[in-house]
Amino acid sequence: MIMFIHKQKKKITFIAGFLLVLALVLHFTGHHDMRQLALIVATVIAGIPIAIKAFQAARMRAFSIELLVTIAVIGALFIGEYVESAVVTFLFLFGDYLEARTLEKTRSSLRELVDLAPQEAVVIRDGKSFTVPVEEVEEGDRVIIRTGGKVPVDGRIVTGQASLNEAAITGESVPALKESGDKVFSSTILDTGYIEIIAEKVGDDTTFAKIIELVEEAQESKSKTEKFLNKFANIYTPAVVVLSVLVYILTRDLHLAITFLVIACPGALIIGAPVSSVAGIGNGAKHGVLVKGGEVMDRFANVDTLVFDKTGTLTKGKPEVTDIHVFGNYAEQELLAWVAEAETASEHHLGQTIVKEAKTRGLDFNHDPEDVKVIKGNGLAATVEGRVLVIGNKKLMQAKNIIIPAAVEQYAIEREKAGNTAIIAAVDGKVAGIFSIADQIRDDAVAALGELRKNGVKKMIMLTGDNKHTAELVATKLGLDEFHAELLPQDKVAYVKQLKEQGHVVAMAGDGVNDAPAIATADIGVAMGEGGTDISMETADVVLMADKLMQFSHAYSLSKATILNMKQNTAFAVGTVFILLIGVLMGSIHLASGMFVHEASVLLVILNGMRLMGFGRKSSLLARSAQSALA
Amino acid sequence: MRKAVFGLASLTCPSCMKKIEDALTGWAGMGSVTVFFHLEKVRVEFDENITTAEEIERVIASLGYPIIGTKIA
Repeated sequence: MIMFIHKQKKKITFIAGFLLVLALVLHFTGHHDMRQLALIVATVIAGIPIAIKAFQAARMRAFSIELLVTIAVIGALFIGEYVESAVVTFLFLFGDYLEARTLEKTRSSLRELVDLAPQEAVVIRDGKSFTVPVEEVEEGDRVIIRTGGKVPVDGRIVTGQASLNEAAITGESVPALKESGDKVFSSTILDTGYIEIIAEKVGDDTTFAKIIELVEEAQESKSKTEKFLNKFANIYTPAVVVLSVLVYILTRDLHLAITFLVIACPGALIIGAPVSSVAGIGNGAKHGVLVKGGEVMDRFANVDTLVFDKTGTLTKGKPEVTDIHVFGNYAEQELLAWVAEAETASEHHLGQTIVKEAKTRGLDFNHDPEDVKVIKGNGLAATVEGRVLVIGNKKLMQAKNIIIPAAVEQYAIEREKAGNTAIIAAVDGKVAGIFSIADQIRDDAVAALGELRKNGVKKMIMLTGDNKHTAELVATKLGLDEFHAELLPQDKVAYVKQLKEQGHVVAMAGDGVNDAPAIATADIGVAMGEGGTDISMETADVVLMADKLMQFSHAYSLSKATILNMKQNTAFAVGTVFILLIGVLMGSIHLASGMFVHEASVLLVILNGMRLMGFGRKSSLLARSAQSALA
Repeated sequence: MRKAVFGLASLTCPSCMKKIEDALTGWAGMGSVTVFFHLEKVRVEFDENITTAEEIERVIASLGYPIIGTKIA
C-alpha cells in the first residue's frame, strides 16, 4: 500500500494540481462550497504521501521536514485555511518532483562514468571461449576483445593490435594505437582491431574501479563551506523549533508559529554547497582530471605558487631524436639505419632512442652488428655490413683518431646550446653526421602555463635534478619565474616547505615516483597519472589522467569556478531564509507563498550548480574551431 | 566491523540524508554511516555480531527508501 502510494506520487502531484486549478475556476464562477470541497480533496490526496513519510521517520525516531509540513497542514485545515493547506501540500510534492528531475541531470555526470563499467568478458579457457560476467574474470585469464567491445579488465596485449578509445580513463577521445606488449585498461573501448590480453588487474583493482572509488570518496571529503553548513544545520534546526515555540508564546498565534517552522527549513542551505562540489568533481572526471573532494577544490582555488618537476612533467620525459645532420656522402636514412643497427647492441638510453627513431621511420635493419666494442660513457664502435662505425662523443672520436672538421664542431656546439645531446657518427674513419637528441617540452606547456598565469598563479618555479644548462633552457623557453637545478628529492621537499613558510599556497606537480615526497609536502599535490600508476593516484590531491598540462590548467580554473559557485549558492540560500523569516514575522509572507519561495530557492541552487557541468566546454570548442581553421 | 553499501531507489530532498543518517546512527552495532546524496548510496560500517546487513536494509526501507542493491565487503 505504502509502496503503491510512493509509486503514484507523480500522478498524485498532478491530480492535486488539477484540483487547485478547478478550485480557482469554481471560485470565479461563484461555487463556493464546491471550491472548498475541491481544496480539501486536493489537500488530502497530496497530503497522504507526505504524512506517510513523516510517520515512517517518526517511527524510527528521526526528525523530518515532512513532519513539520504535516503539522502545518493539519493546523491549516483546523483553522479553515483550505487554500493554504492545498497549495502547501501541492507545492511540496511538485517541488520534490522538479528537484528529482533536475538532480537527475547533475547526477548524470557521475552516473555516466559508472555506466561505462564493462559488464561481460570473453575469456579463453582450455582452448574454448566463454562469455562470463566481468566479476568472474581472474588474474592470468586470456581475454578476447573485438571491434566495438569494451576492455573488461586491466591487462597486457599478447596478440593483435587495435586502436583504443581511452576517454574513460584519460578524458582523451583521440584513439591510441596499441600492440603486443602494451597495457590496456578496463572500460576503454576498442575502436578497430582485435586483441587478446592477459588479465593483470581484475575487479576492484582495475584503474577504472580505482577512479570510480576516488570520485565516490571525493564526495565524502567535504569543503570548509560544506563542513560549516553541516554544523550550522545541526544548530539551526533545533534553534528554529525553539524560536517558533517562542513566537507562539509571544504572539499566541499558532498559525504564525507553524508558518515560521515550515518556512525556516534549510533546504537550499543543505543542498547548495554539495551540488556545486559534485558538479565540479563530475566535470573534472569527464575531462580526465580527478580532484579528490571539495576540500581539495577549496585549497586548489587558493593556490598562488606552482612548483614543477622538469623531466616528465614540463617535458615529455622521453628523449627523442630532434635532428639528424649529415656531413659526408651518405643519405640521412642510410646513416640512421646503420647507426641504429650498431646501437641494437647497446643498452644505453641514447642509443635506444636512435633505434626507436629508426623503427618509427620504418627502416629495415636486421643484420647483426659485428665486433661491437662499448666504450662506457663515450659511445661504441661496431662493424655493420662491412663498414666500420664509431658512434659517440668528441672524446671517442679523438681516441679513435678521427678528425672533427671545424664546421662539424661548430654545429655540435650549437646543438648543445639548444638543449640537445649531440652524438657524432663516423663511417670508415670519417665524420658522417650528427644526431641531436633531446627531451622535448610538452606541446601544450606554453599554452597551459599561459592560461594558469592568466587565471591567477603568481609564481611558477621549476625544480629539477637535471643539469643547470638544460634547466635554464627549459625555464627560459617557458618563461618561468625561477628554476633550481641539480636537486635531490629531499632538496625539493625543503624548497616546497620554505615556500609554504613564506606564506605561499603551493601546488607541486610531478610525475610520481621521485617527486612523491615533495607532492605530499605541498598544499596541493598534482600527479601525472601516466594512465594510472597506483602511487601517484593515491598520494596526490589532483591526478591528470592523460598527462596533459592543459588538464592542469582546466582543473585550476574549475576549482575556482566551483568555489565561486558554492559561495553564490550559500549566500543565496542564507539570504532567502533570512528574508523569508523576516517576511513571516512582519506578516507579509504566508505559508503558501513562503513555501513557493522556499522550493524555488532549492531549484535555483541546483540549477546554478548544474552550470558547472558544462564548464570549459566553450573554451575547448573555441580551441577546436581554431585548430580546424588552421588546418 | 564489516562494510556494506546500499543503493537506494531515489534520494531527492536534502533532508532525506539527515533522516537516514540519524535513524541508522541510533541503531545498535553501527559504526560510521555515510549517505552519498548524489550517488544515492548509503555506506555503513557495522558489527556483524550485533546486527546484520538485512536488518539495516529493513531500517532504510521502513523509512520509505526502497533498496535496489546491496554490496557487502
